[in-house]
Amino acid sequence: MPSLHVKALRTALLTSVDLDVDAGELVFLSGPSGSGKSLLLRAIADLDPNDGEVWCGDIARSSIPAPLWRRHVGLLPAESGWWEELVGGHFPVTADDHAGLPELLARLGFDTDVLAWEIRRLSTGERQRLALARLLVHHPRVLLLDEATANLDPENRAKVEAVIADYRVEQAAAVLWVSHDPEQRARMNGRRLAIRDGRILPELAAADGTEARP
Amino acid sequence: MSLISLSPLDLALAAALVLLLALLSWRLRLGVERRMLVAAARSTVQLVLLGLVLKVLFENTHPLLIGLLALVMLSVAGWEVMARQKRRYRGFWGYGIGVLSMFLSSFSITVLALTVIIRVEPWYQPQYLIPLLGMLLGNTMNGIAIALDGLTRQAHDARERIEARLMLGAGWGEAIEEIRRDALRSGLIPIVNAMAAAGIVSLPGMMTGQILAGSPPMEAAKYQLLIMFMISAGTGLGSVAAVWIGSRRLFDERERLRLDRLARARH
Repeated sequence: MPSLHVKALRTALLTSVDLDVDAGELVFLSGPSGSGKSLLLRAIADLDPNDGEVWCGDIARSSIPAPLWRRHVGLLPAESGWWEELVGGHFPVTADDHAGLPELLARLGFDTDVLAWEIRRLSTGERQRLALARLLVHHPRVLLLDEATANLDPENRAKVEAVIADYRVEQAAAVLWVSHDPEQRARMNGRRLAIRDGRILPELAAADGTEARP
Repeated sequence: MSLISLSPLDLALAAALVLLLALLSWRLRLGVERRMLVAAARSTVQLVLLGLVLKVLFENTHPLLIGLLALVMLSVAGWEVMARQKRRYRGFWGYGIGVLSMFLSSFSITVLALTVIIRVEPWYQPQYLIPLLGMLLGNTMNGIAIALDGLTRQAHDARERIEARLMLGAGWGEAIEEIRRDALRSGLIPIVNAMAAAGIVSLPGMMTGQILAGSPPMEAAKYQLLIMFMISAGTGLGSVAAVWIGSRRLFDERERLRLDRLARARH
């Protein structure tokens, strides 16, 4: 059974998207800028008005309140927003949720004292890694990643890739990842899709019609 | 003490001062002389008209006429609230939020004051109702306009922050909590300041008027207090209503932030 099942999803830019991502599967999505990749992720997370139905496992989106849906289907946007002054304010406070946090932070290259840091002093790359940590502590069953490593140096990019790969396997999470980086898409060994003319196709077929021959 | 009636000549003298100011503005190239004269002319026409209308109303206490005047006052106040928004709600809501929250606060508190506190017979006697309602509308209008403007402006600027919370599974109320609190606070500050400064820094307009009209100062002070407390309650209630309705309207039934429901005002 697919963990993320998108049926006839329509947004302003995409005509009608059908998409399945299995539990534990990694799917890359690429396409020219402005083709609606980020908007597709936002629509799946139900952040913009859209038509169609999405399932997370056997839960239909329309059958549960939107906040609950967004806890199951976690979106990591390209630019993350921060509402508290300190990093720690963005993480849940109960000890239960905190159990794996120090380890997660360490794997992303932070000490636990990062929780006392001020948000406005963080670099773009630090924000990006902390936004991932902030998302993963909620244990979403589906990850929607929008350029999750765009602002990272190779070393940190490797850390993030490893954390995401392990989370996917351990939690059997479905991962839909928008990435501009062709090496990353090749390196991480997932199914590769591309958006062309408002439709979703396998990446090779989308890149050039002639390359699609078997 | 008795009331000294003002003659048209007396008013003309005062108006001459405004003319002088306009002249000064023209000489100093401040560029506000035109607006100043138009505003002075507007206030003259509006107040004379109001005087005439009230004169007719006071002579025959007709509930329908009074209700009509109250409605006109409410709709003008609603218009004013909308005009002061940098980002307005599209459609009916741009006008409706202000009118609804002012109706809830100003009308209910005026009726409460008339029936329970002042105990006028009948309660809709225009000599009490219209000035009280006017004072309340004028002041709650300020608070509501400031609070709503703060809400929409901040929500617009904080889109990333609000959506970040939504993405982590927060409900709409939690996602806009701080902004809502902030907007409410800024709506309440003017009246709190006015209360704190009343009688020391400023002699409130209504009390001044009553004293000039020959009321004993203690009576004037008591009425001023009554009005101030009513205004505070009305502003608070009205701002809470406006910010609550307004912030709910920023989200749709799936708790998505819908900034497309706001339009930039053309200024």
